[in-house]
Amino acid sequence: MATEREPPPLGDAEQTDFRELEDGEDLFISTASTLESSPTSPEPASHPAEDICANSNGPQPAEISLDDDLEDLFAEATEEVSLDSPEREPILSDEPSPAITPVTPTALVTPRVEPKTIFVPAMFERSKEELEEEANGDSFDMEIVVSDPEKVGDGMNAYMAYKVTTKTSLTIFNENEFSVKRRFSDFLGLHSKLATKYMHIGYIVPPAPEKSIVGMTKVKVGKEDSSSTEFVEKRRAALERYLERTVKHPTLLHDPDVMQFLESSEVFSFNWNIQAANNLDNARLPRAVSTQALSGAGILRMVNKAAEAVNKMTIKMNESDAWFEEKQQQFENLDQQLRKLHTSVESLVCHRKELSVNTAAFAKSAAMLGNSEDHTALSRALSQLAEVEEKIDQLHQEQAYADFYLFAELLSDYVRLLTAVKGVFDQRMKTWQKWQDAQAMLQKKREAESKLQFANKPDKLQQAKDEIREATDDTIRGELSITSRVPVATGVQGNMHSLMVRIPSFRFEDSAMEKGYTVFKIDVLTSGRQHSVEKRYSEFHSLHKKLKKFIKAPEMPSKHVRNWVPKVLEHRRLGLEIYLQSRGYYQSNLAVKWKLSAD
Amino acid sequence: MDESQALFVGEDNKSRSVSVDLHHDSLLQVEISDAVSERDKVKFTVHTKTSLPRFKRAEFSVVRQHEEFIWLHDTYLENEDYAGIIIPPAPPKPDFEASREKLQKLGEGDGSMTREEFAKMKQELEAEYLAIFKKTVAMHEVFLQRLAAHPVLRRDHNFYVFLEYDQDLSVRGKNKKEIFGGFFKNMVKTADEALIASTSGLKEVDDFFDHERTFLLEYHVRVKDASMKADRMTRSHKNVAEGYIPISSVLSSLGTQESSIVNRNFLKLAELFEKLRKVEGRVASDKDLKLSDLLRYYMRDSQAAKDLLYRRVRSLADYENANKVLDKARMKNKEVKQAEGHQQLCCHRFEKLSGSAKQELMDFKVRRVSAFRKNLIELTELELKHAKASLLLLRNCLISLKMEH
Repeated sequence: MATEREPPPLGDAEQTDFRELEDGEDLFISTASTLESSPTSPEPASHPAEDICANSNGPQPAEISLDDDLEDLFAEATEEVSLDSPEREPILSDEPSPAITPVTPTALVTPRVEPKTIFVPAMFERSKEELEEEANGDSFDMEIVVSDPEKVGDGMNAYMAYKVTTKTSLTIFNENEFSVKRRFSDFLGLHSKLATKYMHIGYIVPPAPEKSIVGMTKVKVGKEDSSSTEFVEKRRAALERYLERTVKHPTLLHDPDVMQFLESSEVFSFNWNIQAANNLDNARLPRAVSTQALSGAGILRMVNKAAEAVNKMTIKMNESDAWFEEKQQQFENLDQQLRKLHTSVESLVCHRKELSVNTAAFAKSAAMLGNSEDHTALSRALSQLAEVEEKIDQLHQEQAYADFYLFAELLSDYVRLLTAVKGVFDQRMKTWQKWQDAQAMLQKKREAESKLQFANKPDKLQQAKDEIREATDDTIRGELSITSRVPVATGVQGNMHSLMVRIPSFRFEDSAMEKGYTVFKIDVLTSGRQHSVEKRYSEFHSLHKKLKKFIKAPEMPSKHVRNWVPKVLEHRRLGLEIYLQSRGYYQSNLAVKWKLSAD
Repeated sequence: MDESQALFVGEDNKSRSVSVDLHHDSLLQVEISDAVSERDKVKFTVHTKTSLPRFKRAEFSVVRQHEEFIWLHDTYLENEDYAGIIIPPAPPKPDFEASREKLQKLGEGDGSMTREEFAKMKQELEAEYLAIFKKTVAMHEVFLQRLAAHPVLRRDHNFYVFLEYDQDLSVRGKNKKEIFGGFFKNMVKTADEALIASTSGLKEVDDFFDHERTFLLEYHVRVKDASMKADRMTRSHKNVAEGYIPISSVLSSLGTQESSIVNRNFLKLAELFEKLRKVEGRVASDKDLKLSDLLRYYMRDSQAAKDLLYRRVRSLADYENANKVLDKARMKNKEVKQAEGHQQLCCHRFEKLSGSAKQELMDFKVRRVSAFRKNLIELTELELKHAKASLLLLRNCLISLKMEH
């Protein structure tokens, strides 16, 4: 089943609930245009249709009414939708940039969020009703500013504290506006936590800015020259972009660590060394010790990285899904190109700086020449030339800075992001490996079981059967993770479906009419709200039947169970959770209603 | 002479970076009609049109090499008769080294460049090579034309030989000894100058010359400095323009990968950079031509003027010495006649020299002012034109990118 996984199919033309947008519609504003960043305010995530309308209908989004455009949009979409078009590529092949949100660097431009980055869900369009529903909920409105770098402390223990100000109207936060002081190692700590939590499920975690020992040492030592101020400015801008990207991702936004990072004004630690946590020193933020370059954890990380690199070379994954293979190829190419572009832009910046310096020198020289010239008119002309050249020099300098902060930094961010993306692909490979291992294990266990059956040892047999079930679980999980494109697709396209589903528990319910059955508790986290419903297996089953009509639904845990032991329930719970998670994004409309309707 | 009137520019029918007052006479017109670059040497075809009876034909051409120009220049320098004249500075040796090196490096190849990039860079370098070539031709031509225009210098016998003699002048390039000799002479000259300046109670009687002297000294230094800086500036400008090439090519390859909106924009950007590069390149080379070359030429010319002054001072010193000798002779009453004669000679020489020097220096000023004027005007007009062009380009690109919204 994994092998024949087609690209998620299109909705029927009649199905108003599911829509598809070809990239013929201009949803995209390229990275290039972020340079001219149109100052539109951050659009709410729950109104992607509005954005889409805005984007596809012309440059004046504000004046367009929501309703009309939804009609237009859907009208367009229906024409172009074909039932079984195999090329999902146009949609999915769109630049990863939106998810990896092209956040405008803030050095010279006020922080803005491009509307296009709130990209339409790849496969499905929300229906009008759903939108209205969400319109009543929170609007995704978050603005993060990193400012006021202050030097705290002295000597080699000094560090720069940045003020992180958040303005938001999301209800998950306690207030609407708050700010905290954070230092660079805090950011790194946050990133490592997020990475450990999410990388293995395939989310693309935005990378943090890099450490720079040289730059920081200069700042610490107190050198007040232009290069250190430049460095601090670079870092500040990079941190701001990092935070903005992180909160763009729906899952990461709701992560407690992120929220704590943004909100909590208490001095707390991001490190994992408990003793360091006890070293709370009055005004000093304890350092994320594990992110230190030369700490034990740091060295461990390096060793891990080396091991992973070796692993990468040895694992030869049999890529059965063409979609992934193509994506990977695309990313490879993109990565290469971006790196090249980055280096050439950097050299351009360098040359331009040189040009500005030389122009300044010439201006001075021309002024002197004008002074020594005794023909008055010529002398005046020369001095004016000198002045003009000076102005030109200023312009060149400005241009160089613009090139640098807007273009080069953005490119380096993307290069780093692409490495993160590649990391996800590597994760996938590892998961595949695990899956293969799990399958091999399953095989072995089965053989053991059959041997035992012949030997007729009932208790050992039971144990073997349990082990088999566990192994099957693992294989199912592995398979689903491999085959599910969702996390990658999510990361890749910045799917703004803020929907997370969990099945944490189940309980027994007694009923008069039939024998007792089990109810599963489902936790739904959607755009800031969390609630629970309870469903029993038969409801899952009917949902599955309905879904099967339109989409290729994943496997459900089986209806008929041979042996009703407690472990079976656990497996069923697991299977249902995986089922919901893997289809959560596609079932947005129908399933949400179904889930919400239980109350 | 009224300064404002001095701004009259003689019509120069060839646009050279340095304008020369060609007294439009059909008496003697010299030009370099052709030039061929052969490996290390450049062969110039000097074409003369004349109505002077001295020449056998009215129109003729010879082929000359750089060393022969230098030889001509040196003969002028060594000629006492021309001591009171600013000898036009010799043209610089044609130097293709830098350009050739760059071409070679490009050829050895950077595997990282795409084919288009390579072709573009090669084009750039070839254009540069061509530009250098044109410049050196121009320099040689200006040299000859100034000689031809000068009423005294044009009558030099060596000049005629240079222009007319079909065969090879068999002027060998200076060998090491001569180069050293020349170098040494230079040093002696400067020492001499300093000596004269410091020792003598040589009062500069003539205010004009005094003023000129201080002016020239300072001016020369400043012009030299300005010329150097201008060179550096144009070179880095060229680097910036060339830096657009790899950017443009990466953008276009990014853009051709798949066609989506982003990539269309990439393509647009790529185009923009390509066009911008051309404009920037033009700006840089125009600046180079109009500004740097101008400054460089006047650096050399002011050096020649300085030399003139030196010669004058030298002759003044001689005159003074002669006076002293005469006085001594009168006192001793020995060889008075001889001393007298010598003194007369010196005096005469000095006066003649002073007279022509004055004229020359004033001409120099006129020439300089008009050359600066012409070139600076042209430079600014060109820069305006280019700035408008790039503004248009950028605006159009902005509009089309925004429209993708």
